[in-house]
Amino acid sequence: MSNAQVVPRRNPIPAEPRIPARAVKLGPVSVGHPDRSAPTLVSKVGLSEMCLSYRTQSGERLLALDHINLQVRAGEFVCIVGPSGCGKSTLLHLIAGLQAQTSGQVLVDGHPVQGLGTDRILIFQEHGLFPWLTVGENVEFGMKMKGVPKAERQEKMRHYLRLVHLAKFEKSYIHQLSGGMKQRVAIARALATEPDVLLMDEPFAALDAQTRDLLHDELERIWSETGRTIIFVTHNVREAVRLGDRVVLLTFRPGRVKSEFPVNLPRPRSLEDPEVALAAREVLDELRDEINRSLEAEYNEGVKPHIEPGNQA
Amino acid sequence: MKRAARYVIFYAALLGLWALLAELKIWPPYLFPTPWGVAEALYAGFQDHTYWIAIRVSLQRVLIGYGISVVLGMILGLGVASNKFLEETMGGLLVSLQSLPSICWWPLALLWFGLNQNAILFVVIMGSLLSVTLAMEDGRKQMPKIFGQAGRNLGAKGFKLFWYVLLPASLPFIVSGLKQGWAFAWRSLITAEMLYLSLGLGQVLMMGRDLNDMSAVIAVMLLIIAIGFVVDGVVFKGMERHLQNRWGLAPAN
Repeated sequence: MSNAQVVPRRNPIPAEPRIPARAVKLGPVSVGHPDRSAPTLVSKVGLSEMCLSYRTQSGERLLALDHINLQVRAGEFVCIVGPSGCGKSTLLHLIAGLQAQTSGQVLVDGHPVQGLGTDRILIFQEHGLFPWLTVGENVEFGMKMKGVPKAERQEKMRHYLRLVHLAKFEKSYIHQLSGGMKQRVAIARALATEPDVLLMDEPFAALDAQTRDLLHDELERIWSETGRTIIFVTHNVREAVRLGDRVVLLTFRPGRVKSEFPVNLPRPRSLEDPEVALAAREVLDELRDEINRSLEAEYNEGVKPHIEPGNQA
Repeated sequence: MKRAARYVIFYAALLGLWALLAELKIWPPYLFPTPWGVAEALYAGFQDHTYWIAIRVSLQRVLIGYGISVVLGMILGLGVASNKFLEETMGGLLVSLQSLPSICWWPLALLWFGLNQNAILFVVIMGSLLSVTLAMEDGRKQMPKIFGQAGRNLGAKGFKLFWYVLLPASLPFIVSGLKQGWAFAWRSLITAEMLYLSLGLGQVLMMGRDLNDMSAVIAVMLLIIAIGFVVDGVVFKGMERHLQNRWGLAPAN
């Protein structure tokens, strides 16, 4: 009837074989980074057997994420791609602790974390900036919640605004900025909270192509200057290959890790690089099956049962 | 400038009509006072400090009563909006209570609090609490979910989350409810003051009635209107303008 996997309530974990993830080559990476030149034993972020199931309106239990295992090294830039409805945004919400997984663990530096923590900051597609605050106050917000003294807060705020080239807009309000500027403020606000990990949920999906290209360059630069670990979710394979050290492909409902592609291309990269296009083709070939499955499900069901982060049974 | 001219012409015409009707002496002056009679009453009232005291007392009461309503209403509204059980049970009750004029609480208030200021405050609170509660509930629901998520993600929780995120985020959606709550509070206060010797504007108005001094009655009515108008025009219009500037919303017509 439906392509979605319905699991008996008694036994929420299906006993079917999982597709083995492609072996990850942790070879030398192109951009010199103190953290990344020596492979660490404990990964910065680890996802171990993460599952999420929730109850649909008809009372069925639907498995959204199925035993996700993922290790992310300190300073690594990992992109997660998958068809719409595979639960990739939800996965970020789970890592951020905005939503609770059904089973499994999130580990930061090898220690399991529970719930929210400012060591993991999420950047939303619709930026989520606060319109009642100025740009500067937005960037200061996380530090203010932590109780950082005002002088220190402002100094850091200015530092991060300079980093995203928005120093002049400290006193502006959010609605006065363009879409690309808003995302840069969101990046500055996230960085100012000094998280271990930046979680980015399709942050550039709503921007025009030129702005997106610029922000790719800027994000790559900020990442190499700050050495943050980034987990970046997108449906755009080209974008994933252009940005990531590694691309992780999720399957369509339930979301599983289908394969991982290390991207060993020299940086800085560009969306137009033939090597980027070639690598993207490789990922896309594997993604195509999943997209077809997602389209099939959409046609069969009429309405796509959208898995929205936050709507969990 | 043109708008100002229109205002002046309209109000001058209104005043002229009033003066004309009064001068024609169709009704005796104690039934239909003249504009200058009212002006004299206003002058006298301010001169002997009666009106100053009345305004101060009334404003003090409405500020306390309305202030309590806003605080309680926000807590209640937030509770109802975020708790399914409360929403299903209290939600309907709040809406039906809203149809009850707050002065209906007066007899109970007298019994519970006695003949004093607290009884008046109670009526004022009952008048405005529901508006604020319903507005807050609605605002919390209309507020985009992303603000709460972003706030929590950045480390805000508990009271800080409410104060720095949920409250400012819902303000554009509750400002009209706050305004309505203010109007109800002001009306409830004057009504309650008219029923009981209390120094406020309501009592001064009743004093005019008792002395058969209709000029004084109209003078106090004008004061009540003027205060309502000023609060609306200064406090709430200012708040709306402030929100429009910050959020970049189109100005409301």
